[in-house]
Amino acid sequence: MSNQIPLHEGLFTWPSSNPQLLGSRCSQCAEATFPAQPDCRSCGSRDTKIVELGDHGTLWTWTIQTFMPKKPYHSDETPETFRPYGVGYVEMPGGVRVEARLEANNHEQLKIGMPMQLDIIPFRTDENGDQKMTFSFSAVEDL
Amino acid sequence: MDVAIIGIGLHRFGRSPDMSGLQQGASAVRAALTDAGLSWADMQFAYGGSQDAGNADALVNELGLTGLQFTNIWNGCATGGSSLHAAYSAIKSGEYDLGVVVGFDKHPRGAFNPQPKEWGLDDWYGETGLMLTTQFFALKTQRYMHDHGITEDALIRVSEKAFTNGSLTPTAWRQQALSYEEIANSVMVSHPLRKYMFCSPAEGGAALIICNADKAHHYSANPLFLKAAAVRTRHYGSFEVFAPSQAMTVADAPTVTASNAAFELAGIGPEDIDVIQLQDTDSGTEIMHMAENGFCAHGEQEKLLREGATGINGRMPINTDGGCLANGEPVGASGLRQVYEVCVQLRGEGGARQVPNQPKVGYTHVYGAPGISGVNIITK
Repeated sequence: MSNQIPLHEGLFTWPSSNPQLLGSRCSQCAEATFPAQPDCRSCGSRDTKIVELGDHGTLWTWTIQTFMPKKPYHSDETPETFRPYGVGYVEMPGGVRVEARLEANNHEQLKIGMPMQLDIIPFRTDENGDQKMTFSFSAVEDL
Repeated sequence: MDVAIIGIGLHRFGRSPDMSGLQQGASAVRAALTDAGLSWADMQFAYGGSQDAGNADALVNELGLTGLQFTNIWNGCATGGSSLHAAYSAIKSGEYDLGVVVGFDKHPRGAFNPQPKEWGLDDWYGETGLMLTTQFFALKTQRYMHDHGITEDALIRVSEKAFTNGSLTPTAWRQQALSYEEIANSVMVSHPLRKYMFCSPAEGGAALIICNADKAHHYSANPLFLKAAAVRTRHYGSFEVFAPSQAMTVADAPTVTASNAAFELAGIGPEDIDVIQLQDTDSGTEIMHMAENGFCAHGEQEKLLREGATGINGRMPINTDGGCLANGEPVGASGLRQVYEVCVQLRGEGGARQVPNQPKVGYTHVYGAPGISGVNIITK
């Protein structure tokens, strides 16, 4: 039985029936950032806390990755099986725009301002047969 | 104390399969020394940089072990701008009178593949396919077009101009003009940017000999003067490459602050510039950089492009040698290629691509990861 484990710890709550993106918020200037970091990029304070940024947002800008990236890209795909993917910045309720893969990969499916929903999806299978999970967004109306 | 440019050299951009990147850098230095009528032994200092072709100070193995001070500079795509700024400061300080600035590179084919750790990021960011410069420029261009009413027509016209100018430039890598339709119908790479709207990693070298302006006429009958050199990094909130998140409010890009600083140093404004080089890794960034450098208002670019204002015979000629789009981008050399071209134009040696009416003031701008800009202003 394969486990589903995060590709990287601390990006989102997992496992969870209602996963949320995680970031940090500065206690001095209230600015949020993703991923969480101990120091604030806005004011330089080291007084930050890990916070939930939400599980939905609004698409701020987007593009489509049509060719398979070189390393360090590390998926299970081969050049033959590579499937183009969307990339966008999503405005989160937590007050930050987060860069993410988008499930839509056709320009007709993507529009600035559209509502988006967080999904935690299998990205690749590691050498132990475990599924490495990452975060992605899809259009709300797709659900 | 003012700073003069008395020699310029280029090793042609593109592919030099029989030469290492370092050798292309040495070739550019030799060309610049010949242009200045000087020898390597005359050089008191050097600043140089390369991304993929080795340490710049290894050039002494090619050029001669003269014992000069040689400092390596690495600042992403802004390496050339940063090297020139360092040399400018060395002359301004009074420590040195005469030195060389050099950049060179030799990249493998295809897009760059930066490593997250080198940019303070964790591996997941690269592994999941979010760390591509092509993606960032597409994402920024997409939003810019949305905010400022720019259409695909403007993106196509920038590329059309670049390849036209490249066809007039004997040293350009891409020498063939492309029609509007060929560009408009080229394959979509990262929406809204198509194949012929991106520059490619390349090879090449560029070098400048600079000196204390008080002594410039001793070396050269026609010295040019580096009136300003400014390099700035990103502010909190500016929308930059290799950023897993962005603030909710967009701040001015580092290009805006570097440009303002350079104009202030030179004591002139955008309206005084006769010939312009802007970082054009893709046609979207040339459009954004037109406004970020103060040459027009945001959203005005499409009209200017339709009117031909940025062409060689227009009122604000931009990227007269075809820019990065027609020359490719050997990262270490690219910013100095811009300065080389502005010097060619100010000397009136542009041949088929010469800007008319004897341009007197030139401007160069580089932009690099993870949000750094370098601006130079050069006068006759």
